Amino acid sequence: MAEVILKVENLQAHYGKIAALDGISFEVGSDQIVTLLGSNGAGKSTTLKTISGLMSASAGKVTFFGEDITKLHSHEIVQRGMIHLPEGRRIFKDLTVLENLELGSFTLKDDAERKRRIKDVFDRFPRLGERQKQLGGTLSGGEQQMLAIGRGLMAKPKLLLMDEPSMGIAPLIVKDISNIIRKLHAEGTPILLVEQNSKMALGLADYGYVLDTGKIVLEGKGSDLINDENVTKAYLGVGES
Amino acid sequence: MLHNSMTEKQLYANIKSGGENSLFTTYEIIFQQLINGLIQGSFYALVALGFSMVYGIIKLINFAHGDIYMTGAFISFVAFSIIASFSEGVVGVVLAVIASMLLCAAIGFSIQRIAYKPLFDAPRLSLLITAVGVSLILQNTVMVITNGQFMFFHSAIDNMAGVRFGENIGISFLEIAMMLITAVLMIILTLFISKTMWGKAMRAISTDKDACRLMGINVSKVIGLTFMIGSALAAIAGGMAVIYYGQVHFFMGYIIGMKAFTAAVIGGIGSIPGAMVGGLLLGLLEAAGTQLIGSEWKDVFAFGILIAMLIFRPNGIFGKTTIERM
Repeated sequence: MAEVILKVENLQAHYGKIAALDGISFEVGSDQIVTLLGSNGAGKSTTLKTISGLMSASAGKVTFFGEDITKLHSHEIVQRGMIHLPEGRRIFKDLTVLENLELGSFTLKDDAERKRRIKDVFDRFPRLGERQKQLGGTLSGGEQQMLAIGRGLMAKPKLLLMDEPSMGIAPLIVKDISNIIRKLHAEGTPILLVEQNSKMALGLADYGYVLDTGKIVLEGKGSDLINDENVTKAYLGVGES
Repeated sequence: MLHNSMTEKQLYANIKSGGENSLFTTYEIIFQQLINGLIQGSFYALVALGFSMVYGIIKLINFAHGDIYMTGAFISFVAFSIIASFSEGVVGVVLAVIASMLLCAAIGFSIQRIAYKPLFDAPRLSLLITAVGVSLILQNTVMVITNGQFMFFHSAIDNMAGVRFGENIGISFLEIAMMLITAVLMIILTLFISKTMWGKAMRAISTDKDACRLMGINVSKVIGLTFMIGSALAAIAGGMAVIYYGQVHFFMGYIIGMKAFTAAVIGGIGSIPGAMVGGLLLGLLEAAGTQLIGSEWKDVFAFGILIAMLIFRPNGIFGKTTIERM
């Protein structure tokens, strides 16, 4: 691992009085795909939300490029280059594809640069270019996921947090999503990936952490975790379904 | 004036050539009610816009919004009585309305910050009750200042001056100006909402606040801006009402608030073009209703439309019917 860009130490978060995160610590390096795995309710999404400021941490510390961002608001964290692609894609259904992308670069003042970035996204996802005037809600699930990723890329992320990019996507398209993630990583974007689809995630990730009821119970290289049958059976539900 | 006399001649010819008196009167009535409807509709539309924008963004039926209109009227009145000492004419009136617009934007913003923002995560009902409270505060403040009396407004503007078509019908310059101002405001607002990043953010927030936060949008700033724009538009409507009707009363915001709400529902609450069309349509329908069944039934007619709309098309004319795929 080159430089550590995201450092999470003893992170805790609560929904009311119920602890959702019970002291989580991990790191993401500048050249890595790191994945958080675990069953439903293990705290994966909560971890991402707490890091990106959608939820407030009740204890612990998040450091991004050496700066303590634990107490910052979401929109301030975005300005620092951490982009969170939330679960369920959350594209703006009543806005056009183009408007969705434009909003991805909300913090950017330079309109010429915005146009350049839109062109980059259309080069990467030609389907979005074809449908730029369509409302986001009329896209298929796979296209919506591309739009969500494209919208995230509009901010030129220094770290991408992805929450369940394969959720609700046709199995054939999941492969496309994997390829997109691999390509983004190859181009130099570090990624923190949360997935239910652990096979897909571990196939991509350099390093993985397994969460169970708000705690990290296991960690290791992606290739090691995927070959550990006990792990996959006990925590990841592979083979059950 | 040339245009005017030509029309008179035509009408005169019409009568002379045996055109029936009743036919002529029907034209007159239709024309006059059309003007009345458009003027009233402009007021409704300007107030409905604020209703709809706020509803779209935080799902609050802002019952205090009609009182912002009243406050706008009152501030215009006060500002004009100060300005009038050096400018009694159009300039003074315009300055007074601009002052009122700016002050009301500030008031709308403050109400949002102080009364509503702490309740954004509370059940919607708490917010609604707070809005009723804010409405009472505004009304009572103005009531205390004015002693509950009607305040009469006099400027150097001649409300009757205008273009006349024939003996009984015409349109005043003031009416033309008010309709033009409303149209221009609507065009500016539409451009703002559709073309600027802040406008797009406003629309995006109404669908998904958290997703907006993740785009780096400062959601509470955008909500504040929405309140400012909505309040400024209501203040302009209030200012125009003072000039047009010549009086201010602390209770004048109540009924127009209800009507603007009706207009917003007709257009599809949350929709900006809906509020514009709904406002103008309600104004015109009311004028038609006044003509057909008498002005004492005007409100019954308007709220009858509201009820019918809620039963048969609760999403309104511009209600969302987007096909969504998961």
